[in-house]
Amino acid sequence: MHELSIVMSVIEIAQQQATHANASIIDEIELDIGSMSGIEMSAWDFAWKQGVRNTILENAISKINLIEAKAKCNDCDAEFPIEHYYDPCPVCGEHLISIIQGKELRVKSLVVS
Amino acid sequence: MCATCGCDTDATSAIHHFGDHEHASHQHGEQHTHDHPHPSPKTIVDVEKDVLYQNNLLAERNRGYFDAKNILALNLVSSPGSGKTSLLERTLIDLKDKLKFAVIEGDQQTTNDADRIHATGTKVTQINTGKGCHLDSHMVLHALQGMRPQENSVLFIENVGNLVCPAMFDLGEKERVVIISVTEGDDKPLKYPDMFYSSTLCIINKIDLLPYVPFDIDKVKTNAKKVNHKLEILEVSCTTGQGLDQWYEWLQAKVTVAELT
Repeated sequence: MHELSIVMSVIEIAQQQATHANASIIDEIELDIGSMSGIEMSAWDFAWKQGVRNTILENAISKINLIEAKAKCNDCDAEFPIEHYYDPCPVCGEHLISIIQGKELRVKSLVVS
Repeated sequence: MCATCGCDTDATSAIHHFGDHEHASHQHGEQHTHDHPHPSPKTIVDVEKDVLYQNNLLAERNRGYFDAKNILALNLVSSPGSGKTSLLERTLIDLKDKLKFAVIEGDQQTTNDADRIHATGTKVTQINTGKGCHLDSHMVLHALQGMRPQENSVLFIENVGNLVCPAMFDLGEKERVVIISVTEGDDKPLKYPDMFYSSTLCIINKIDLLPYVPFDIDKVKTNAKKVNHKLEILEVSCTTGQGLDQWYEWLQAKVTVAELT
């Protein structure tokens, strides 16, 4: 259940940014979460609800951009969507692949007032 | 400074306003100011910050410390009971005269593992994470401040037994070593791929038990390579000592590379 630690990091970043912008309320937070970032969304939702209590994010709307993972085959250069690390290249069947998208885990923006 | 209303912006974050700052046209006959109340305007703050940046920042700080002191830091990860501590005990004793070691032990509770390491005569610090399921770079930073490992040494960081959560947290290590034992399933790399993907070496432990368990060693290797084609794999038994030579060679080679770079 590392999701709670991740939520705590998000709260810390949001708090810092809000302080910097002289804002006392965060209305909205936008996050990018890649499908291979290591976040389990059901655990995330649970951790979020518990984690933001009594924080500046308590009443914020959280907007999550789920980013689908993509890989590139190191053998034939094909780019393809990937769901699991062990998925082979659909063109040549090789496992020599590099993940090029889907590991994102970042706070994109805040709406504050 | 924001050109529209003069609020502060910081160097890394651009701030835009939704508020409408247009003014109705009017004659400029007399001196007057443009002061007006802002009805708490909504502001968008572009953050674009990695959620783990604080952990990653401290991990890089640890890495810099290791590089400066020529310490080879290895993060040992596995499920509970795969034999991380046994592998360490054996290694610390067998290589006692060849290399200098220090150990950081991570567990939720107790100092049992630190006590076992201490018994080998090695400098050790125990981190108890309480309810935490992984070590992070901040915990390691504090452990380093307390223990001050020697220059030109090998530092083993034995993570909390968990094949999921520690995968996301860089501690500043040079290499991540994942340990799996033959009493576990041979599909573990597929079930817990993040850990195998982020590791550079996989040690398959307890191979002396292979005749007694339905564990297909070729299958586990194939599965691990499917997840991470760069993964090196070694087979060992801490009980019989089988295969440990290769582990020691790997370790020595990494120490030599670290000294040369």
